Parts: sequence; structure tokens; C-alpha cells
Amino acid sequence: MATRRDFIKVSAIGVGGLALAGSSYGLLKKVIPAVKGNEKAQKVIPTRTPTYCEICFWKCAAWVHTNDEGKITKIIGHDSDPHCNGRLCPRGTGGVGMYYDDERLKTPLIRTEERGLQVFREATWDEAFEYIAGKMKKIAVEHGPECVALFTHGSGGAYFGHMLKAYGSDNIGAPSFAQCRGPREVAFQSTFGDLVMSPERTDIRDTRCLVLIGSHIGENMHNGQVQEMSDAIDKGATIITVDPRFSTAASKSKYWLPIKPATDIALLLAWIHEIIYNEWYDKKYVEKHTYGFDQLKEHVKDMTPQWAYGITGIDPNVIYETAREMANASPAVIVHPGRHVTWYGDDTQRLRAIAILNALLGSWGRRGGFYFPEKVDVPKFNHPPYPKPKRNWRDAFPGMYNLAEEVIASGICDATIPVPERECAFKGWIVYGTNLIFTLPDQQKTIKAIQNLDLMVAVDTMPMEITGWADVILPECTYLERYDEIRVSPHREPYIALRMPATEPLYNTKPAWWMAKELGKKLGLADFFPFETIEEQLDWQLKQMGTSLDEMKKLGVKKYERAADDLYLDENEPFEFNTNTGKIELFSTAILAEGFDPMPKYTHHEEPPEGFYRLNYGRAPMHTFSRTANNPNLTDLMDENTLWVNPKVAKLWDLKNDQYVKLKNQDGFVSHTSIKVRVTERIRWDSVYMVHGFGHRQPQMKRSYFRGASDADLITRVHVDPIMGGTGMRGNFVTFVTENLEA
Amino acid sequence: MRYAMAIDTKKCVGCSDCVVACQTENNVPIGYCRDWVVEVTDGTYPQLELEIRSERCNHCSNAPCVRCCPTGASHYAEGGIVLVTANKCIGCGACIASCPYDARFPHPDGHVDKCTYCNHRLLEGLKPACVSVCPTKCMYFGDLDDPNSEVSRIIKKRKWKTLIPEAGTSPELYFLI
Repeated sequence: MATRRDFIKVSAIGVGGLALAGSSYGLLKKVIPAVKGNEKAQKVIPTRTPTYCEICFWKCAAWVHTNDEGKITKIIGHDSDPHCNGRLCPRGTGGVGMYYDDERLKTPLIRTEERGLQVFREATWDEAFEYIAGKMKKIAVEHGPECVALFTHGSGGAYFGHMLKAYGSDNIGAPSFAQCRGPREVAFQSTFGDLVMSPERTDIRDTRCLVLIGSHIGENMHNGQVQEMSDAIDKGATIITVDPRFSTAASKSKYWLPIKPATDIALLLAWIHEIIYNEWYDKKYVEKHTYGFDQLKEHVKDMTPQWAYGITGIDPNVIYETAREMANASPAVIVHPGRHVTWYGDDTQRLRAIAILNALLGSWGRRGGFYFPEKVDVPKFNHPPYPKPKRNWRDAFPGMYNLAEEVIASGICDATIPVPERECAFKGWIVYGTNLIFTLPDQQKTIKAIQNLDLMVAVDTMPMEITGWADVILPECTYLERYDEIRVSPHREPYIALRMPATEPLYNTKPAWWMAKELGKKLGLADFFPFETIEEQLDWQLKQMGTSLDEMKKLGVKKYERAADDLYLDENEPFEFNTNTGKIELFSTAILAEGFDPMPKYTHHEEPPEGFYRLNYGRAPMHTFSRTANNPNLTDLMDENTLWVNPKVAKLWDLKNDQYVKLKNQDGFVSHTSIKVRVTERIRWDSVYMVHGFGHRQPQMKRSYFRGASDADLITRVHVDPIMGGTGMRGNFVTFVTENLEA
Repeated sequence: MRYAMAIDTKKCVGCSDCVVACQTENNVPIGYCRDWVVEVTDGTYPQLELEIRSERCNHCSNAPCVRCCPTGASHYAEGGIVLVTANKCIGCGACIASCPYDARFPHPDGHVDKCTYCNHRLLEGLKPACVSVCPTKCMYFGDLDDPNSEVSRIIKKRKWKTLIPEAGTSPELYFLI
């Protein structure tokens, strides 16, 4: 009878005479031959085509690898691209899942029942375009073409933008302004006469001190910034994080300031006070470049760390110490402007305080602070002039938001709901790649606006909540299956990147450039689309940029020289800033002219009523907005969000880890879906936190349907920034609902 | 030659890029993973510490999975990499039970699967997919027998720990702390 030992011996002989039992490791290592390759693995250098990623706005250049059968296997970052330096983030790496998601939109759909019911019939592309063009022509005649708006987030939106301008409307907006980074752009424009831009011009790589105000780099996976923060950690830079939550970034910080929510301006003003009154500011820089220092000094006179302590809960000594850390690192210091900054309605003023702090520390235009980026221009091709629109969205807000240089997406939504005193409400929406039900606050209002439309078109790759409200759904192929415009974005050196299809589109899906052109033809706008194919257009443009489509297919990205050697300010030269005074405005003449405080003030914000907690939300590194929640690869990494609850609060409410709850907000709105509790010390007792983008209710996305909850369900109270129309969304308070979760 | 990996917990942000890069590189089916991320929080608000670790097979020098494998499917390859030869594996699961790190899983094709340190890439002079993709560059890989390798140098310079050293498996996965 064979013993177990015998069995092992017999088996071992089969592997080449290895005596496994009782052998020493040293012996084994010598006798076992290396296995040549892994039979399950792919070839290392397969066919590859260039692209830039579309899973988020960072747009990292990459190579799409395909196997012998032409199937996409993996996506690898482009080594020469400064957005990613050869390393994609998890979303970019998992971009394959967007292509392979079998729940994608597959063919054009036309609504057959009223809005609110998702009943569609399959249509041909021609039928879909006929339908849209018919409605658009009717709107143009009855109301004027200005009454059609485009909401867009993503590369292909540019083609629809061109089509819409040719049609006669310049109401082209993205929620990325008034629902996201708008306040920082207005604040930095008012202060420095220039924008923060995207990718942000922060010189994190060479900074000695990085200050994050609620910005959770590392959880927001803005690739280049995450990489540079890591480099800065390696070089021993000081990180200071201000956040009521112990974020990943907070855990990497020398100082974590667990601030009471909604009090950031008080802390910023106290820092300004310390830097001025201890004379830690960059005197030469402030004297040479700034306007309004004396007024600012007087303004912050009483805003001491002791004053701020009473408001923020941050120890005055820590305020002093951290101010000193910044000053010691000056000018290689970044008080980071953040990205999603529409919080409490005084956001432009908070971002002004951040800008002022940077100005005092002399970091704008300095190594390790903020650099002057450069990008190349893509040549415009000839087409007839766009008709001049008679009206636009601003007419709905007379005299307001003059400093907003981009369209306010929420403003278009507001101006779609008819009111007697306004001449025209929007009648048509084209929604490209943005799930407005999740991106705009106050879902009831968004739905009310949609119900007032004559035409609602959604262009997307996935059946999102917003596509369910459309009259016509145009299914776009994913970025891995299409050409798009040449990527140009500002950076230390100008680069361009090409996106080309790695494979034919799956199903009956089409690229945006083709849709816009075909729709344009139906609208009688063929003259605006002079090129037969996108290849022809790209090649024409690239040839004028000193390259060609063929060359770019091989290169993927191309670097250009800067026009001048001016990455940083030249200390010996005068410099005129693009502000009213030509200086960095500590005292903003532009904001004063609009009737607002020229220097930021702290205002007290409402606090949660008893039994309620401030609803905070943020990002997870493996997901983008609400757009990736059904991506099979990314869902595999995170398939639902959790509600972070402090243990003290959990005890009070008898909440246990992994228990599901619903949330009810101050206005009585209850989340549509329930969310799993995560009891953690990493959140303050006065707030709860969830990652944005879950709680989908689109049954066609089975992997994400009813997984987790949506903060957007609960953001019914909006604090509008009077300066630029941003929608402050962090003034909502929630309590727990533990019963009748199925209801 | 002795392959090892060092992971800097001070830089890792726990994004799981290593997980998805491994999946697409090695055709790991959705729902399975060869590497994963662990977050450990210590302390009470606001005195807190967070350690984030990207974990995988420790490629132990004294690997219980190799010792207990009845067919020799689990074995050491060049450089001490612990591998499973899929067509020799009978899927008995002894190795899964023996691993103190829970690094192995039953592949739906019927064999046991785990991290290979991307052996197929090493043979082509590349680094493991997780190391190559990591946006924070928190992973170091190389030959510990070579004092000039990236991994040797970082381990000499920094404080480190291994996981469950008391199991006596002599892991070759180091966490910089």
C-alpha cells in the first residue's frame, strides 16, 4: 500500500527527480530549472497602437496592446508622456473593461414612451439623425438655435461643440466648471491674471512643502500629481493636510490638521496673519509684484491663530508651526488650489485666500511652486463663419457671474425651467459623456428641466441614468475604438498625443466625429465639415505641426520646444500680470468691481442639527465620477461605496460594520439605495463620508445597479457662489435610516 | 540569485493599480487576484496612523506551499521564485491551506494560481507588471544577492519588516516602514 510519502515521491519523479519532502531549499534552488515564461501570460511586445486615456480628464498617453487575433489585451502608459511617465493609474490600466463591458450601449435608440419610462426602440443611425435634425430645425424656427445647449465632458464633445456652433448656439457647458474647479479658476484669475489649468501647473516634483486643503491626492488619482507627490515624499518635502477626514494624503503628512468642516477660510486667514505679522513673506517678491499688501495687512490684523482656534478647532501652536514650515520652504511651497472646490458657496473667496497665501510665499512662477505651462495650438481648418447667436445662457442671469469665463452647466439647467419674466427657456439638450443626474445637484430640478425639453439627446458609451431620460440615445464607441482630436494640454513642455482605434468598434457604435458630421449634414451644415474622414483632418493638422498622422501612429506622443525659456519668473525682469493693475492682486479690483469683498472674509456656515452629520464625499482611486461603476475590471477592485462613520457615532446609533443603512437629509430626502457602514476612526464625529459615483439605479448596468449609495441623491440644498455661480454642495446634513430599507 | 521585492508603505496610496495591472498582464480572470491591497488604521481620532500595503505571494525561501505540494506543481524557479506548473497541479488545495499569507487561489481552470513575480517578464529583462505600473513608484524589485540592485540598496537604507516572520517561511517580500 502506498503511503502518503510514497505518493509524494512518485509525483516528484514526474517533475524531474525532485525529492520534495525533507529537501533543503539550497539544494532545490540549484536543481530546479527556471520555467521559461508563463503559459497563461501574453507576449510582452504584441502589436500596439497609441491612444490617450479617456477614463478621466487627465488624458494620459498610452499604448493599447492587441494579440494575434486583434483582441485588446492590455493598456500600458507611454514612457515619454509627462501626464503618466509610462505609468497609468488603475482606471487607465482597467480601461480595457470599458471596451469589454457587455452592457454597453450597442445601437441607436429612440424613445417610444413618455420621459421617465425607459422604453425605446432600436433605430438606424439615419433614423436617429433624422429625428434629432427634425427637432433641432423646429426649435431653430420656433425659438432660435440658441435654445439648444450642449453639456459635454470628454474628448468627443468637441465635435458636437463645433456642430452646435455651426447650428447657431454657443451654450456649451461642462459640469467641470460650476460643479467642480470653477471657483479656483476665477480666484486665481482675479489674483494672478491666469488660470490654474489642467493638468494643474503645480510644481510638486520640486516642492519643499505641499499644503492640501481638503484635496485628497492619492484618492483622487490625477496621475501626474500623484506621481510627483510621491517624488516629493522621497525628497523629504513637508506635507500639510487640512481635512476633517484622515485621508490617504493625511496619512503621508507631517502635519494633519483635522479641521472642523466649513471653517477653512478662518485657518487660511490666520496663516496669512502669521506670515505677514511675523514678516515671513517674500518681501522682495511682494514688493515687486503685488498690489494691496497694506490693505491686506490691515484686513487680517485681528485674525490670529487664537481667533482661528475658536472657529476651526486647530491648535494655535500648530497654525503657527505650519505657517512657519511654509515660510521656511518659500518659494518652493504649494498651497494647492485643489480641484473639486464647490463646497459652501463662498468658494471663490476661499480659493482667493489660497491664492493670496501663495502670493505672499512668492510661489507663483517659482520652482517648486507654480510654473508657467505651455501648450501648442492645433491649426484650425477653414469653414464658413459660425452664425452669431442672438442670446446665450447669460441672459438668464442678467448682471450676474460676470467673472465666470466658462458656461455654468447648472445655469443652463435652471434656464430650462420656464419662468414668466424670461423670454426663452432652453428647448433642446445634447448631453455628451456626462451623467447629469449624478453631476448636477438637486436631481428633482434636473428632471423637471428635462421634462420641459422638446429634444433631449444623450451620447454615451454606457446606459447611464441620464441616457434613460433621453429621447434619442447615440451609442459612442469607446476611446479604444476611435480617433479623437489631437491632445494638447499645458505642461512644463508642450506635448501632443494621438488617439487612434486599436480595433474596429464593437456593436453598432460610432465615434463622435462621425456622428457630429452626419448630424451636421442633416442640418444643412455640410460646409462646416470639409474633411471626408477624420484621418484626413488629423493628417492635415499634424502636417502643419511638423509631423504627420503616419509619424504620430508610430510615436504616440511628440514633444515640442518651449517658445521661450520662461518656465519660472525671471527675477531680474519686470513682469506684467494680466490683472487690472498689472500686479498680483492681494486686493482684487475685479471682484470689488462686481460688488463683492475684495479680500476674503470668514463667514460662519450652518452646522448639522442634532442627530445629523455633514455629508462629505470624495473620490476613490479606482473610479472616475459615476462613469466607471460598471467597468468589470474596476468593479472588481471596488464594487460599492461605504459610509464612513466615526466609532462614537456608530455607538450612539448602534451601527455595526457592514450593516446597510439609508440616509435621510435635512429636507427629508432619503437615499434611493442603501449603503454599507464602515466604522472608522478616520472620520470626524460631526461628518460622514462616502465615495461619489455609486448608488446607480440604471437596471441596464447590472454590476453597479443598487450597489452603494449616491451622495447626489442627498444634495438638495445648494449654496450658490454669488461671484461665479458655482454650486456649493457640502452644506447637506444626513441622518441614518436603519429600518424598512427595501421600501 | 535571490529575487525580492520591497514595497514602500510611506508612498503607497493603495490605488490597486498593481492589482489590475497584474490581472491584465497575466490574464487573471475577473473576480480573482494575485495581489491585493491592505489598509491598517491604528489609533483614535485624531491621533492616527495608516499603513497601506500592496500584498502578494512572499516567495518564501522556506515555502510551506512547495513542501506540501503532492505533485511538485508548486516549485522554486530560478532566483527562488515560487511557481505553480498549471498542468501538474491537481487542485487539491493543500498549498492554499498551508500559505500563511493567503496568497494562492483556485483558478477556475482547475489549478492553483498565484503571483509569479511576472517571471515571463523577468526573462525578457522587464520588471513585474505591478512594479512597472505603480504611479507612486513605491515598489522595488531585483536580486538580493546583488548588493547594487535597487532592492538591495533600499533595504540597506530603510527600515523594513516582513509579514508574519514567526511562521518561519523566510519571506522575500519586504515592507519599508
